[in-house]
Amino acid sequence: MSTATTAQQKPQAEPLADPGLKPGVAEGFEPKIIAFVCNWCTYTGADLAGTSRIQMAPNVRMIRLPCTGRIDPLFVIKAFERGADGVIVSGCHPADCHYAVGNYHARRRFAIFRDLLEFLGIEPDRLTFSWVSASEGKKWSEVVNDATQRVKKLGPFAAYQSLVDK
Amino acid sequence: MARIGVFVCHCGENISRTVDTAAVAQALGEMPGVAHSTDYKYMCSDPGQSLIQAAIAEQKLDGVVVAACSPHMHEKTFRRAAANAGLNPFLCEMANIREQCSWIHDDREAATAKAIDLVRMIVEKVKHNQPLQPIHIPVTRRALVIGGGIAGIQAALDIADGGCEVVLVEKEPSIGGHMSQLSETFPTLDCSQCILTPRMVEVYQHPRIKLLSYSEVESLEGFIGNFKVTIRQKARFVDESKCNGCGDCTKKCPQKKIPSEFDAGLGTRTAIFVPFPQAVPNIPVIDRANCLLFKGRAKGKKKDVCGICARTCTRGAIDYDQEDRLVTEEVGAIVVATGYQLYTIGKIQPKEYLRGYGEYGYGEIPDVIDGLQFERLASASGPTAGEIRRPSDGKVPKTVVFLQCIGSRDPAKGIEYCSKICCMYVAKHTMLYQHKVHDGQAVVFFMDVRAGGKGYDEFTRRAMNEGALYLRGRVSKMYRDGEVIKVVGYDTLSGEQIVLDADMVVLATAMMPQLGIESLAQTLSVSYDQYGFINEAHPKLRPVETNTAGVFVAGACQAPRDIPDSVAMASAAASKILSLFSNAELSREPMVAHVNPATCTGCFHCERVCHFGAIQRKEVRDRQGNLIKVIAEVNEGVCQGCGTCQATCPSKSIELAGFTDAQVFSAINAIFA
Repeated sequence: MSTATTAQQKPQAEPLADPGLKPGVAEGFEPKIIAFVCNWCTYTGADLAGTSRIQMAPNVRMIRLPCTGRIDPLFVIKAFERGADGVIVSGCHPADCHYAVGNYHARRRFAIFRDLLEFLGIEPDRLTFSWVSASEGKKWSEVVNDATQRVKKLGPFAAYQSLVDK
Repeated sequence: MARIGVFVCHCGENISRTVDTAAVAQALGEMPGVAHSTDYKYMCSDPGQSLIQAAIAEQKLDGVVVAACSPHMHEKTFRRAAANAGLNPFLCEMANIREQCSWIHDDREAATAKAIDLVRMIVEKVKHNQPLQPIHIPVTRRALVIGGGIAGIQAALDIADGGCEVVLVEKEPSIGGHMSQLSETFPTLDCSQCILTPRMVEVYQHPRIKLLSYSEVESLEGFIGNFKVTIRQKARFVDESKCNGCGDCTKKCPQKKIPSEFDAGLGTRTAIFVPFPQAVPNIPVIDRANCLLFKGRAKGKKKDVCGICARTCTRGAIDYDQEDRLVTEEVGAIVVATGYQLYTIGKIQPKEYLRGYGEYGYGEIPDVIDGLQFERLASASGPTAGEIRRPSDGKVPKTVVFLQCIGSRDPAKGIEYCSKICCMYVAKHTMLYQHKVHDGQAVVFFMDVRAGGKGYDEFTRRAMNEGALYLRGRVSKMYRDGEVIKVVGYDTLSGEQIVLDADMVVLATAMMPQLGIESLAQTLSVSYDQYGFINEAHPKLRPVETNTAGVFVAGACQAPRDIPDSVAMASAAASKILSLFSNAELSREPMVAHVNPATCTGCFHCERVCHFGAIQRKEVRDRQGNLIKVIAEVNEGVCQGCGTCQATCPSKSIELAGFTDAQVFSAINAIFA
C-alpha cells in the first residue's frame, strides 16, 4: 500500500507546517472528504451547526440519503476510486433511527466493511463512522475537523490514482 | 443533453457574504447539461420564484437546482414553484450552500470552491432524476393523544369538538397531570382545580373521547393517516364496568401509611386508592407493591392474607386476578403531551450527567421541600388542608427561604436551560405564604428574575411589594441547627455573606421531561434533544409538528412550558390535526422502493431487512401458467423509503426512487470531474 506522492522529492530538512504531518506529505494539502449522511439525524445536525454558526474545516462534501441503511459500501469505494482522500458515514444514534433499524443494518455492514478496507489498499483511518443526532451540531463540527486532521496526516489518497489517470 | 437550470441564492447576505454567488453561477453555467445559470438576492421570494418559473418556460428546462438554504427549509417551496411552471416537482432539488457552507466557513475562496462542488453534485444527481407522482393514501379521522395533563386534555377536547374521535391515553390512574396538584396559578391566583376539574369531567363525558387511563403506548405501526397503535391497559384489579366509585374499599384498606404521590409524599394513601378526590375516572386501583394480599402472594403464600376490599365491595368489582390487556386502536394522527417531572435534588440522580445538590440536605432535612410539595401544603385539598405547616413538626414556619434555579441554568449540575416557570411560581409561593401567615417573612435567593409574559413582571413586582425579600445570589450550604435551618448564602448586590435562620426552605427545581420519554420517542420515531425534550420539526415555523409526519407535540414534553403556553400548543396541534383530517385523502412523497422484475432472483434479502414488512412475494408465470420464479414486490403504501433493501440487494434489483445508485454515483463523480 502506498501513499507516496509527487511531493516526496521535497528536501527533508525543510520544516513542516504541521509537526504531525507525515514526512513527504505536501504542505498545505487540503483533502477532499465525502460524507454520506442520513437525512433525519446527521444532516439535520449539520444544519444545526450552520444555524449555530459553528465554524469547521471546509473539506467535507455531503451527500444526503434517507438513512444510513441506504449507504452501500460501494459508495465508499467509488468515492475513493474517484479520488476522495477520506469518507465519513454518519447517521442516527442506535435506537434513534427514523426508520427504527436502518442504522443497525449500517453498523453491521460497516463493521465488516472496515475489515476489508486494508485489503482494498485503503488505510482504515480514512473512513470515519459516527453517530451524530439532530441536536449535535457541535459534535458534527468535531467529526468534520477530526476527520480532516486525520486525513491530512495520512496525505493524499493515491493508491487508486492509476485507475483514474487512464 | 439535459437542460438544467441553476439558481444561486444570496439569501440577503447570508450566503453572498462568504460565497461568491456570481462565481458559483458562472462556474455552473459552464457545466455540460446546464442550460441556464443565474444568481439572485432572495430566491424564495415571489420575484425569485417567478425567475425560476420564467426560466423553466423560456429555456425549456427539464431539471432545476436551487442553491440556497437547507432542503429542510425550502425544498417544498421550490418544488411547488417548479410544479406551478409545469415541471414535475421531483425534478427540482436544492443544494445546501447556506447551513452547510456559507454559515460554517469564513474563508471566501474555500467556501466558494465548496459551494461549486455542492451544486455540481446536485446537478449531476438531477440529471438522473425521474418524474414521480405522489402516492395517495386514505386517512383515518381519529386521533391519539398521549398524556392526560392540561395539554393532552385541551388537545383531546379541541379535536373532539371539531367532530373527530379521540383516544386519550394516560399512564396514571387519573387524568389531570401536574396541574391538578397545584394550589393556585399565576398570574391571576385563581384556583387550579376550579379551572381544571370541569375540563376533566368534560373529557370523561365527551361522546367522541375514549379515555384509557392507567394505560401506556406499547408499540406503533403505520404512517401518517394510518397508524395502528397498541396500548397496554395496566391491570387496576378493579373492574371499571362494575365500580361506581363509592370509595368504601379505600376506607377499609388496612394499609394506610403509604406516601401519597399526589401529595408529593407529604400525605398518605391506602393500597387500594384513588389518587385524589376529583380523579377522573373515579375508579380506584390497587398498588401491588404495597397491597398485603399481593405481597403475600409474592412471598408464595397459598392463602390470601387480606381481601378486605373485595369483601367490602357490594358490586363485586374487585378482581385480584385481572391482567394487563393489550388493545389496538387505529388513528390518523398522534399528539405527544407527556409533560414534565421535577429535577431530583438529592445525590442519587436518574441520569449520568445530572449531579444533584447534596449540600442542600434535601431528603435529610424534612423541612427542605420542593416547589410541588409547597403547592400541596398551600392547597385546600392538600395534607394540611391549605395551612402552611412544616413537615417535621407541623409548626407554622415564620421564615421561609425560597431558592430559585435549582438545577436550571447550572451546567455544573447538568442542566443549562432555564425552566421558565420557576421565577413566576416562586413569586406566587411568597404571596400564598404571606397571605396565609401574616407575620411570616418570605426570602428569595435568585439569579435573575425572568418574568416575560402578559402580566408576569407586574406579578413578580407585586410579590416584592407585598413584603417578600429578594436577595440576588446563590446558597452554598444548608444545615440543621436545633429547630432552624441555617441557610448560608451570598448577596451579590451588597457583597455580603448572609446566614439566615429559616423554618422551612423551598427549592424551585428544574423541569425535566418525564423519565422514559426516550423509549416512547423511539416507539413513535420522533427525535429528542440531549435532555429528552421532543424536537419540533422547525423551531419557528413548525413548533407543534415533529419530524415524523402525523405526530405532533404539545406542552412541557417539548420544552419547559407554563399552563397558557401548554394550552396554546395543544390547541395548535389540535387545529393542525383537524386540518389534516379535512383532506379526503393524503398524498405522500413517492420516495419508495421499486423492484426490477427482470433481474430479481427472489433471494428475499430485502424482505429480511425491511422493518416495515413492505416486501411481498409475487409469482411470475409464463403464458402457459408455469411458475418461472417468485420475486419481491414493494407495497407502496407500507414502504417508508429508508433504502436499506437497496443497499442489501445482491443483484441490484431494487431501487429507491429519488436515491437510485445512478443518482448517488453521479453525485460522487461530480466532485472529482
